[in-house]
Order: sequence, then structure tokens, then C-alpha cells
Amino acid sequence: MSELRFDRVSVRYGHHLAVDDVSLVVPSGQVVGLVGESGSGKSTLAATAVGLVPVTSGQVLVDGETRHRRKVQMVFQDPYSSLDPRMSIGGSIAEAMPKGVHKKAEVARLLELVNLDPGRATSLPARLSGGQRQRVALARALAGQPEVVVADEITSALDVSVQGAVLNLVRDLQRQLGLSMLFISHNLAVVRYVSDRIAVMKDGRIVEEGPAEQVLTEPGHEYTRELLAAAPKRHTRLEAS
Amino acid sequence: MIEVRRRAEGVSTWLPFARRRAVRFLVSLWVLVTAAFLMIHLIPGDPVRESLGLAAPPDVVASRRAALGLDDPLLVQYWRYLTGLFRGDLGTSLTTNTPVSDLIGDRLPATVQLAVLAFLFVIVVAVPVGVVMAVLTKGGRRRGGELAFTSSSVVLAAIPEFLLAVGLVSLLAVTLNLFPVAGNDAPGSWVLPVLALAIGPAAVLARIVRVELLSVLGNDFVRTARAKRLPARLVYLRHALPNAVTATLTLGGMLLASLVAGTVLVENVFAWPGLGSTIVGSIQQKDYPTVQGIVLVYGAGVLLVNLVVDVVLALLDPRSTIREA
Amino acid sequence: MRAALRSPVGLASAVLLAVLVLLAVFAPLLWGDRAAAIDTDSLQQGPSADHLLGTDQLGRDIFHRVLVATRLTIGLALLATLIGVTTGLVLGSVPSVLPRWAARVVTSAVNIAVAFPGLLLALFFAVIFGTGTIGAVLAIAFAIAPSFARLTQTLTAAVSGRDFIKAARVCGVGRFRLLVRHILPNIAEPLVINATLAAGSALTAFAGLSFLGIGVQAPSYDWGRLLGEGLQRIYISPAPALGPAIAVVLAGLAFNLFGEAAASAAGGRQQVRGRAVARHDSTVEEPDEGLLTVRNLHVSFPGGITPVRGVSFTVHNGEMIGVVGESGSGKSLTALAVSRLVEHPGTVTADRLDFDGKPLRTTSDRDLGTKLAMVFQDPMTSFNPTRRIGSQLAEVSEVHQGLSRKEAVRKAVDRLRAVRIPEPERRVKQYPHEFSGGMRQRAMIAMGLMGEPQLVIADEPTTALDVTVQREVLKLLARIRAERTAAVLLISHDITVVAQTCDRVLVMYAGRIVEELPTDELFTAARHPYTTALLAAVPDLDTDREAPLAVIPGRPPEPGEIARGCPFAPRCPLAEDRCREEEPELTEMSDGHRVACWKSEKELTLAAAGGAR
Repeated sequence: MSELRFDRVSVRYGHHLAVDDVSLVVPSGQVVGLVGESGSGKSTLAATAVGLVPVTSGQVLVDGETRHRRKVQMVFQDPYSSLDPRMSIGGSIAEAMPKGVHKKAEVARLLELVNLDPGRATSLPARLSGGQRQRVALARALAGQPEVVVADEITSALDVSVQGAVLNLVRDLQRQLGLSMLFISHNLAVVRYVSDRIAVMKDGRIVEEGPAEQVLTEPGHEYTRELLAAAPKRHTRLEAS
Repeated sequence: MIEVRRRAEGVSTWLPFARRRAVRFLVSLWVLVTAAFLMIHLIPGDPVRESLGLAAPPDVVASRRAALGLDDPLLVQYWRYLTGLFRGDLGTSLTTNTPVSDLIGDRLPATVQLAVLAFLFVIVVAVPVGVVMAVLTKGGRRRGGELAFTSSSVVLAAIPEFLLAVGLVSLLAVTLNLFPVAGNDAPGSWVLPVLALAIGPAAVLARIVRVELLSVLGNDFVRTARAKRLPARLVYLRHALPNAVTATLTLGGMLLASLVAGTVLVENVFAWPGLGSTIVGSIQQKDYPTVQGIVLVYGAGVLLVNLVVDVVLALLDPRSTIREA
Repeated sequence: MRAALRSPVGLASAVLLAVLVLLAVFAPLLWGDRAAAIDTDSLQQGPSADHLLGTDQLGRDIFHRVLVATRLTIGLALLATLIGVTTGLVLGSVPSVLPRWAARVVTSAVNIAVAFPGLLLALFFAVIFGTGTIGAVLAIAFAIAPSFARLTQTLTAAVSGRDFIKAARVCGVGRFRLLVRHILPNIAEPLVINATLAAGSALTAFAGLSFLGIGVQAPSYDWGRLLGEGLQRIYISPAPALGPAIAVVLAGLAFNLFGEAAASAAGGRQQVRGRAVARHDSTVEEPDEGLLTVRNLHVSFPGGITPVRGVSFTVHNGEMIGVVGESGSGKSLTALAVSRLVEHPGTVTADRLDFDGKPLRTTSDRDLGTKLAMVFQDPMTSFNPTRRIGSQLAEVSEVHQGLSRKEAVRKAVDRLRAVRIPEPERRVKQYPHEFSGGMRQRAMIAMGLMGEPQLVIADEPTTALDVTVQREVLKLLARIRAERTAAVLLISHDITVVAQTCDRVLVMYAGRIVEELPTDELFTAARHPYTTALLAAVPDLDTDREAPLAVIPGRPPEPGEIARGCPFAPRCPLAEDRCREEEPELTEMSDGHRVACWKSEKELTLAAAGGAR
């Protein structure tokens, strides 16, 4: 597997600097969790990795190469919007495969990999629940035989009781396949659960980055401390302000 | 994103909106003028020969071409056309040899009168009817009433204005003899043309008002208003209606523009002495400068209606000034 | 489209269309000669048994001419529609495959053209293409094209914004395949519907042009031409004009109504909310025990859907109660029902539904407006975007407390200050879109404080907000509760939010409360298998990173699919036969702790200990 590197990436929309000079490395075979609030630029940064948003300056490298179409794949937030309602799930997965692959067998293999019945390859997405759709989206990302997977808020549209299963799957797949992964969420607890390293983003900049344990136990930046304070914990009560 | 930035900077969104809208109006106007100018040149063959007929002697055709300046290079003609427009010169009619601007000045008031009366009728009838129907059929109540309203408005909207005109003439003018068949003399003679022009758009607008109001009633802020236990009157008039108006206006603007165009057909049925009856005769007689001038006036009218709609929209709903195209 | 045939309107219009097509095909063959037969003995006659609609100036039978003209009229209308729709489709969809500057040129040209009404465009093109059949076809086609291009653009833009298009792009799907395989199939239905509508207007527009004498020219004739001829003698005899007029109207209607029916079949029925009708409040006088007393609350909708099925709980003065559940659990409807905001066609029934010692049904609006405050999930949509924040707050006091506008605005400033909104004097004059999300939610709470709230019902008040802002809003609710001794009913899907702030938790599943317990015991003494599984499935900052998260198989049931027995049984590791047959009641397990489960306390405790690991 390979390394994903953002090298001084900036993205500007009109006068608004959505991503401001960000450098970040996703080391080979590791999961980097990216936390930040809405509007912090984390999703824009993710979009640059797969070429959905052009960078204004800087570059995105996979193993030092700037040309990396298909090497980075992405899983989107809303599984109700990320699958074409008029295409069978098998069709959506097969479409992402490189040429020369035996598509039918590969679709079956991938569906099994994400714990779905391969017999459902011909189903339309409408027949699947949110959690199942998100598994299909994962399978589609893997079908492109990516070097790196970007997961953008993949559990936030799911019911809480279904979230856990998807998170487990992400972890298992990552370990089993040794994927490099950029895992984006606004939920620090979710990021903590899957990530080896954690990066914190605010107003388009990375304000802190480091090994997960270190960022969580000895946060260096004021904003990280604020996020930690705001994150749900079992035994703390919120006092009236 | 832009909204956030503007808010942060505390800049008024009115100025950029006015600038943007003015630019769009001017560009559209330019396109309209250019299209009207090109109209003559896009006609396959020689427009003068077309207009004078195949039997016309070549020297007559040639002198007419020269008089119209059609032998000059296209850009020279274009420049002459534009500068003429600024002086209010729309050319000379091929059939009557009078300035087109005089003809338009003569006929325009009747058309404006018809359009304005029809517009007032549409608003006065459609908005209350739409509101009442929305309130009565809210939440799937009175299915029968809803069906009757929807289908009758579809039927009314589907009848083209000139057929409605024919029907009205044959029923109210010929059979019952209530109103004059044609002309623009007394207020009595206004009734049928205005009805013929306005009933269709009124039906469409009433439907739009109802649908928009119903969709607004499903909004969170209407629930908030109800949670404040405001009397129903305030919930509808203060909270729901202004929001429905903005959406209605956007769609209704198109409708009003088509009302301007609808005058063409209605005027012809009622021999209304306006631009509409003039343009059709001019098209048949291939009096191109007149057609050009009238197309320009109609087009400008439509652009003006759209501009007014957008400005009213901005006044009613400040958010629309920051909506990007 | 097939669904359109199921509505009576759709069926009738489809039959009418079929008749038109048959006429168009066969009428010229059957009656062509009769329609062309000149009869100098009967010129310009009125209707008679021989000539149903009379004869024209050459003595030809108008009725048969109308029938024969069907072919030309329909044919030309369809031809014009076909050309127009194709042109529009191309103009509307090429921008997605063109380079950016070219796409921009096409788009703005369409935007300008679409501002002009079709008839005006048709007249314009009629001048260019000349008067006559071909000219009119092209004129109408090009008049349809811009609006169709715009429609295609709008639909394409809407579909392109969805993630599956982005996903396909990431997978390396090319622009052309993207257009053909993903975009067009997803916009085909509205396009076909609108093409049907366009055919209807093409038909009437064509009739209009022919009527004006710039469409079909003699000796050909279509309905419009027949109409124009008939109109010249409408004073003498209306039938020759009315015949073709009715034909045009019927045909136009057939297209329009079929399009409408198809559209409404495709769009489905609009979602509906209902009015609250507490149908049989019981008159049983229990001792007045709480601020809000709810007994056996049901909320149901037509079609036998009952999303809230027998909920009972009590909120005491100054208490903070959390209601937790996933989507479809009925928690939000419960909140709406206890605040009398369920709308028609929803119906609310309860054995008892009392607020402040009186049946909720008979509580006056003034009391509810001042004593009960609501905070909704999305502060962006919960304010009226067209009115200033100040006036939206002030109207509460104007309506319920008889304050003047000036006094009410002054009070609004004071309340905004109370929820710590900086510069409240300036803020009252602003519109909601000028507030940030967190500030809007504070303003919403301030609105509740305009009265003297005894109960604040907050439905997912923090879900739409960022984490750091979330905490501020929760703290604010806690402060209101402490300072004003108001009770708070906090509804959330997030068990940790509730755990941090509330005194008691009600866990809802499939329209029922399955467990009620004090918050301090939530992580130690929760017993219902759903509650314990939920706690283990959601990671927090104390979760063991090495162990897999607990997984609850399956998904929560939709309100319409709740079957017999305990609704959690299909997902429950402890479920046995009885669970699948009978639904357990909520019963007291220990003081203040109620559980709805057939399993004994011992079994549940054992399972909870095992599940927590």
C-alpha cells in the first residue's frame, strides 16, 4: 500500500480560502483521522485527494506521484445519495473496476467481503437499508483497487444502532487489506476509535496532528482541548453555564 | 459560503445584487436588440424581394435596398441601427412609409392598457382563490374540493387565450349580446378581451399560489409560529403568505411575461387596436422594419416585467439578494 | 407513466389521446374525399343533419374537415415538439460535457432566451422562416427549445450534485458515460412528462399561428386554419368556429392532463402533518402529580400507521427528562403530541394528557404560548426567513401578554441578552440568515423565554450544530432549568447528550418506551437489551479501541412494519418464543426504574454484564 501526501494544498472559492496551506501525510497502511466542524474545510481537502475539487496551489501526491487517478477512492457521507438509484448495486460496483477484471466474480467477492449476500448484486439500492448501502459504497471504493481510501463522514447519516457495524467493518477491512486511509468525521469519539493518527482542522488549517493517543491525552492546541471537552464522555455531567 | 463571508464582513448585499441584476438586464437587452437587428438578415433570400413580391422590377428592388441601407456592410448597418435606436428611430414602415416609432406610439397605449388590466385581474382573482383553496385543502382535507379545483384550473389553463376569446365572443357577445364583439371604445368593450387574456394565467397562478402556500405550511418555521400559539390569521398572513409570495413571484413572473405575449392573439380576435393586431398584419405583408420594432417593444416589455419581479422579490425576501446565479 | 393510468384523469386523457391517434391515422383515409368535396349548392350553410357543423365558402363539410385535419394538426404538433425537445435536450445537456467557457456561453444564451414567452419566440422565428407550415414548425420547435434546455439543465444540475455522480467520477467514469448511464436515466421521467405537456402547448400554439394566418397555408388546413375561417362568420353561425375550437381544446387538454397525471403519479402524494385531537381524554381524577402527565398516548395516521403506541410518563416541575431513540422510534411525534402540534391527518389519543393540572386539549393558547416553550432541531429553518428576529420574538408578547410592539421588542432585547447573544439591540433588527447556527438556536430559546415557561420541549436541539456549539446550547438549557425552575423535555438520538444533562432517561423503540431509569444508573444499571446494546454500540472517548463495537443486527422497524410481539425481538440476542408473540408492558423493576421486557431482572443483569464486557 501507499502513502497519501498533501503538500501545501490550498483551495480558494472566490474570496474564501476553504483550505489554507495544508500539509498532511497518510502513512502507508495507517489510518489518519481528520476531525473538524462543518465549514472547517475537511471535506474540501478530501475532495482534492480524489480530484473532485481542483487545488488552487500545492499538490496531492500518492507515493510521490501527482498523477493518481483511481488510486485514491472515496466513500461518501450519505449512502442514500451516493448510489445511483437506477443502477443495480452490482452494476455500481462493477463500474468502478479497472479493465480486464472478471467483473461478476469480483462483485461477488467484494459483496462477501463487506458481509453482504452476493445474490443481491442485481438489487437496486432502494431495497437496501442505510447500513447496507454504506457497505456497498465501501465495496465500490475497494473495486477500484485503490492504494488509499478516503472516508468522508461515512457514519453520520446512519442510525446509531447501525453505526457500530460499519465502523467495525472499516477497521476489519483496513487491517485485513492494510489500507491507507483518511477517515474524516466531526465526531472525535468515532475518529478515535478507528485512527492511528489524528489531525484536527479548523478554518481551513490543520491546527494539530500526531499519534492518536498523544493528541487525545496531551492536546497541544487550544481548539483540540475544546473539542475534547465537548466530546461525549460517560461519566461527566454538563453544568449549567 | 458566500453568505457566511458577507455576514462576517457586515457588507450590504444590496449593492452587488443591484449591480448583478443591472448587468443581466443590459446584456439581455443587448441580445434582444441584436436579435431584432439580425432578424432581417437571417431571412433566407432577399427580404426586399420577399416583401415586394417576385413580380417587382429589379430597379425598384435595388432602390428599396439602397433606401434601407441593406447594401452597406453588416457592421455599418448594425451601428446605424444602434445609433438610430438611441435617437428613437426604429426605421420606416415598408407599407405605409411612416416612421415605425409613430406607429408604435400610436398602438402601444391600447396594448399596455389591455396587459395592465389583465394583470390586475390575474392578481386580484388568483391570489385570494389560491390562498383560500390552500387553507381549505390543507393536510389532505376536502379531497373532492381539491380535485375539482385542480382539474378545473388545469382545464382553464389548457384553453389557449384565443380560443377562450372565440368562446366568449360567441357566448357573451353574439348569443347573449352583453358586450361588444370587438373594438376598444367603452369600458364594456374591455371586459371580453381582458377576460380572454387573464383567465388562463389566473388559473395557473391560483394553482401555483395554492401549491406554494401548502409547501410553505409544511415548513419548520410555520410549526414554530404554531408553537408560539399565534392565532391562525397571523400564522397564515404574517408567516406563511410572504414566503409563498416569493416562490410564487418567481414562477408568476414567467406567467406575466407570457401575458404580454398573449395580447397578440387576443387583440387579433377582438380587433383591438394595439401592437398585436399590427404585428400580425406586418408579418403577413413582410413589413420587416415594423415587425422589428414591435418585437423589440414586446421583448423590452418582457425584460422589464422580469426586472420588476426580481426587485420586488428582493424587497420581500432579503435572502434573494445573496442567492448566486 | 404506467401509474398515471391508474388515476381516472390519467385514464380518461390516455383514452382521448388514443382516439386522437386513431383519427389522425384513419380519418384522411375514410373521409378525405368527403372533406374535399366542393358543393356549390350549399355554400356557407349553418349546421344541419347533413352537415353537422355547416359548410364553408366552397360548400365543403366542416365536420369532416375537422376530423381529417386531425392528422395534420397532431402530426405538426408532434413534429414541432420532437424537434424542440431534442434541441432543448442537446442544449441542456451538452454543457456537462463541454469545456467550461463553452458551457457557460450555452447556459447564458438559454437563460436569456427562456425569459421570453414562447409565443414571442415563435413570432420571431416565423418572421425568419417565413409564413407557412415549415416555418411554423421550426418557429414553435425553437420556441419550446429554451425552456426545455433550462429544464434539462436544472434537472442535470440537481442530479449532478448528488454523491453518486461524484462517486462515479472518482471511479474514473468518463463524462459521456456519466451523462448517458447516470444522469439521463435519472432525469428521464420528468423530461418525458414535460415533453407531453410541451406537445399540448405546441398543439395550441400551432393552432394560434394558423389562426393568425402565419401557420398552415391554403389549400392545406389544420384546426387553427379552420378556426380562423370559421371566426370570420361567427356572427352568422358560431358552429364552424366552435367545432375546431373544441377539437383544439380537447386535444390540448388530453396532452396536458396526461402529463399532469403522470407528474402527480411520479411525484407521489405530499407528506402531511395533522391536527391534534385528543379524542377520549379520560375523566379519571388521579391526584395531580406532575407538570406534564402522559398516559397511554397514541399518535396514528391514516392507513393504520401508529408511530406512537401507548406512551406513558410524567414530567415534574423543574425536572430535566431525556427521551432517547433512533429515527422512527416515535420520540419526535411524542414531543409534538404533548405540545399539541400534531396536525391533520394525524390523530392523538391518550387516557390522560395533562399540562399544568389541566387537560392539554382545553388549555388556552395564551397559557400554552407562555408556559410551554419549544426548541426545534434545525434553527435555520425554524425561523421565518422573511421577518426580523426581533419581531419574531416580540410577537409572542404582543399576542399573549398584550404588550405594545415597542415594549415587546425591548423585552426581546432583554431575552436575547439573557441567552448571551452579544449586542442584542443590533441583533433584534437582523434577519435569521444573518445569525450563525448556534446563535439562531439561542435566539430560539430566547423566544421560548418571552413567556414564563414552565416546560421547555427541545426536539434534537443540538443535532444540527457543531460539537463545541452543542455544548453551549445544552448548558443554556440546563441554566434555564436551574434559574427559572422550568422543566425540560430533551429529545435526542444521542444517548450521551442525554446522559450528560438529564435527571431521567426514557428510551424509546418502535413507538414505545422500553426503559426508564435515572441517568446516574444509565451506564451501570441499564437492563433492557436495546439500551445496553445501544450503549455498547456507540463509541465515546472511553471506549476500548481494541475491542470491536457491539453490533445490533438488522435495523429499527419503520412505523408501518411493526409486527406482533416485542418489536426488538428480531434483533435481540435474548429473544425467545414469548417475545415474538406478546409485547411486554413497561413494569417497575426497582424504584424509578421501569423496563419493558419479558426476561427476569436476574437474566437481564447477567446479560448486561456480559454485553458490556
